[in-house]
Amino acid sequence: MTRYAMTVDQKLCVTCNACVIACKNENQVPEGAARCWTVQVEKGSFPLLSLETRSERCNHCENAPCVTACPTGASHYEDGGIVVVNPDKCVGCKACIVACPYEVRYMHPEGYVDKCTFCIHRVREGLAPACVTVCPTKALKFGDLDDPRSEVHQELQTRQHKVLKPEEDTRPRLFFLT
Amino acid sequence: MAPAMNRRTFLKISGTTVIGGLAASAGLVSLMPKAQANDVRVTPDRVVPTFCELCFWKCGVLAYVKNDKVYKLEGNPKHPLSNGKLCPRGTGGLGALYDPDRLRRPLIRTRVGEEEKWKEVSWEEALDFTAKRLNEVKAKFGPESIALFSHGHGGAFFKTLLKAMGGTTIVAPSNDQCRGPRESGFELTYGVGVGSVENIDTPHARCIAFIGSHLGENMHNTAVQEVSAAAAHGATFITVDPRFSIIASKSKYWLPIKPGTDTALLLAWANVLIEEGRYQKEFVQNNVEGFAEFAAHVKDKTPEWAYIETGLEPSLIRETARELAKNAPAAFVHPGRHVVWYGNDTQRSRAIAIVNALLGNWGKKGGFYLPQSLNVAAYPSPALPHGAGFKPRQTFPLATSPCAYDVCDASMKQGDDAARVHAWIVYGCNVPLTLPNTARTIEAMKALDFVVAIDTMPSEVTGYADVVLPENTYLERYDDLDTTPFRVPYVAIRQPAVPSYGETKPGWWIAKSLAEKLGLGGFFPWKDARDYLATRLEKSKLSFADLERDGVIVGNAAPIYDDSPTQTFKTPSKKIEFYSKAMADAGLPPLPNYEAPEEPPPGYFRLLFGRSPVHTFSRTTNNPRLLEIVPENELWINSEMARVLGLKAGTRVMLENQDSVKTGPIKLKVTDRIRQDCVYMVHGFGREDSRLSRGYRRGASDARLVTRVKRDPVMGGTGMNVNFVTLYRWKEA
Repeated sequence: MTRYAMTVDQKLCVTCNACVIACKNENQVPEGAARCWTVQVEKGSFPLLSLETRSERCNHCENAPCVTACPTGASHYEDGGIVVVNPDKCVGCKACIVACPYEVRYMHPEGYVDKCTFCIHRVREGLAPACVTVCPTKALKFGDLDDPRSEVHQELQTRQHKVLKPEEDTRPRLFFLT
Repeated sequence: MAPAMNRRTFLKISGTTVIGGLAASAGLVSLMPKAQANDVRVTPDRVVPTFCELCFWKCGVLAYVKNDKVYKLEGNPKHPLSNGKLCPRGTGGLGALYDPDRLRRPLIRTRVGEEEKWKEVSWEEALDFTAKRLNEVKAKFGPESIALFSHGHGGAFFKTLLKAMGGTTIVAPSNDQCRGPRESGFELTYGVGVGSVENIDTPHARCIAFIGSHLGENMHNTAVQEVSAAAAHGATFITVDPRFSIIASKSKYWLPIKPGTDTALLLAWANVLIEEGRYQKEFVQNNVEGFAEFAAHVKDKTPEWAYIETGLEPSLIRETARELAKNAPAAFVHPGRHVVWYGNDTQRSRAIAIVNALLGNWGKKGGFYLPQSLNVAAYPSPALPHGAGFKPRQTFPLATSPCAYDVCDASMKQGDDAARVHAWIVYGCNVPLTLPNTARTIEAMKALDFVVAIDTMPSEVTGYADVVLPENTYLERYDDLDTTPFRVPYVAIRQPAVPSYGETKPGWWIAKSLAEKLGLGGFFPWKDARDYLATRLEKSKLSFADLERDGVIVGNAAPIYDDSPTQTFKTPSKKIEFYSKAMADAGLPPLPNYEAPEEPPPGYFRLLFGRSPVHTFSRTTNNPRLLEIVPENELWINSEMARVLGLKAGTRVMLENQDSVKTGPIKLKVTDRIRQDCVYMVHGFGREDSRLSRGYRRGASDARLVTRVKRDPVMGGTGMNVNFVTLYRWKEA
């Protein structure tokens, strides 16, 4: 079975935001909204410092609270477990926005809730998501967790990694290589 | 004679100041492509390969076009500089194409009663007027009194234009405001500069030292791809920076150096390499001139000596020198890019060049590769006249070109017409924010007889022009071929993806048309850009059709390394010159010397500035797609200093420099990621013209605060990190 996942290499990501802009172009994301963004976490004090750098988006959880919370079935699992909102079914009640522990969703001006789709329209054509394609540092990788030949599978085999808010038991498919 | 203008005032380009004009922004906001159905893949009508101009690196891009609108840009996988990837600015090129504030008709400054206004005119009228005014200045003061400021690939056509007129006063801020000292330092040492793209073999390096170079924030696509590749295979990074930059955070060693003392560190590294016998002895013996003099020169430049200057622990200086040595020759000290810091910048670049030679890395894998370029025939054109010499007259002994900064001085020389510059042609270059000291540049522009600006956007420079000629963006025009030297030879094409917006025209057409008006059309003997490109390619036996289809043709790669023990260099001695006779002959120190920087006065911080990955100077600070991501700059201040001053993160402050010049308000970023003796901001913000509907008055402008410069005695670079600022809480009026 295909289980799509993304890895974000914090050692390579420089938070340049190319992913954010490529996503906005690809998915016609309205001004003021974003489906992905970058985060810097500063730790320590001068001069003993460290900085975590990463690009974040929907975690495409295997146990997605948004899907559970959605009263109309608009938020649902698609091919390979990608979590997608169907705008035709969405009534804009925002239950998913409240349920999501990662704050990855926004209200589209046309009245539905929108978020990252792992560029499912590209994935279905055998292309990587726009953010992965543009990334100049190759920090982002995408593929099938269950395919031992995939880069994401291999990265997770060989690299230390984490997910965001593991205590939520959402089982994210967005992994951060540390 | 054209109607006399008193002194030119700043003219905004907007609906209200244009006579009989169309409102400049009406109906343009919707130019940004509207949302398509959610996540339905758009099928493009065509995908046009071209090369980018959001900065000057010239990456290959693919423009996806639907209904004559570009809806997305991707890296061209076939182009060796992009490899299918793009930086955020290149990705956001849509914002440059569809900026509602774009220039769209030629404008002439005119007078209505007591008031100066813009008049929208036809191209015919604008070109006639420009040619007439340029001819008047040429007839009266000679062609040398016309200066060309040029930044970007399209500038080549305007250089031909000025040279055809007999002029030679051609300046570029990429020289004396950016990488000039680096090129001079390497030319004096190796006989060649490192160029742009720099000839460093980053992907194969095992250790790299970055000195003030903040790659990852400075987002040259190929350079960042290669640094990331080096990081991925475990290369050791050493970052020397007063600020904990992104690349510092990826480094094994961060050396938070006292600003302005980098040369002391470099000399101490050289001391360790030589005194501990860790340099590449065979390479040095075979290839270096003046090693003994240099070794004697650094004998007392120990890490303990450098500690006093730099504040860096001697043990850390030794350890990092050994780390470089251990990985040599697959190790290098990055030559940097924007290096006009403290006035002694050519000397610091010489020190970098020499430490690299001690690592024996020239022509070696993981060091400096030997770049190649594709030889493409020129269009057969008449030889350009040899000008009588440029103005201002040469004052820097080893400069290879005149300095943009000196053209400002020469523009203000009232009463000395022989030495004075009287007219500017400005191509793609916002001079008031590019040169240090905005007020001084504006004073110079006001003193001129005539200014013509060719640009895509209204800006500070167009505000003080007499004529504004609206150019196509890179997505609407042909340009000359690109054959940048790189690790593989290639030729790339810039070609239009979509039709021209408004009445905008390509740079080649503007330059050629002006030449024709000046009776110099013979120097542009081609029919149009396609004829020009087709002929060049045909004479080189390269296929125009292939180039149009793929955007790039990559030639056969020749060896980029030289494993012979002895190499030949283009210096007078044919060796790598540690001791520079050229410098000695010019009365300059022949060995790189360290000069301690001036200390900040009490209560002041040294002002440092750099780049955001999302912006290219002031060129992008109105770009809707990029400004959305980084809408303003912030002032970085050390947490402890902020506590002492009682200032909190997010507070807006005004900055005032040692000469009482103010800018701001700017938001505070309170962080431990910077030393206590300096503050830092991103360059390009603090725009002061309200024509920029988005970028107007966001953040602060370092260019206004850099009222003092320390000139590089070798080539005239304007050292800009010599200004000090104090800050106070901003109160909304």
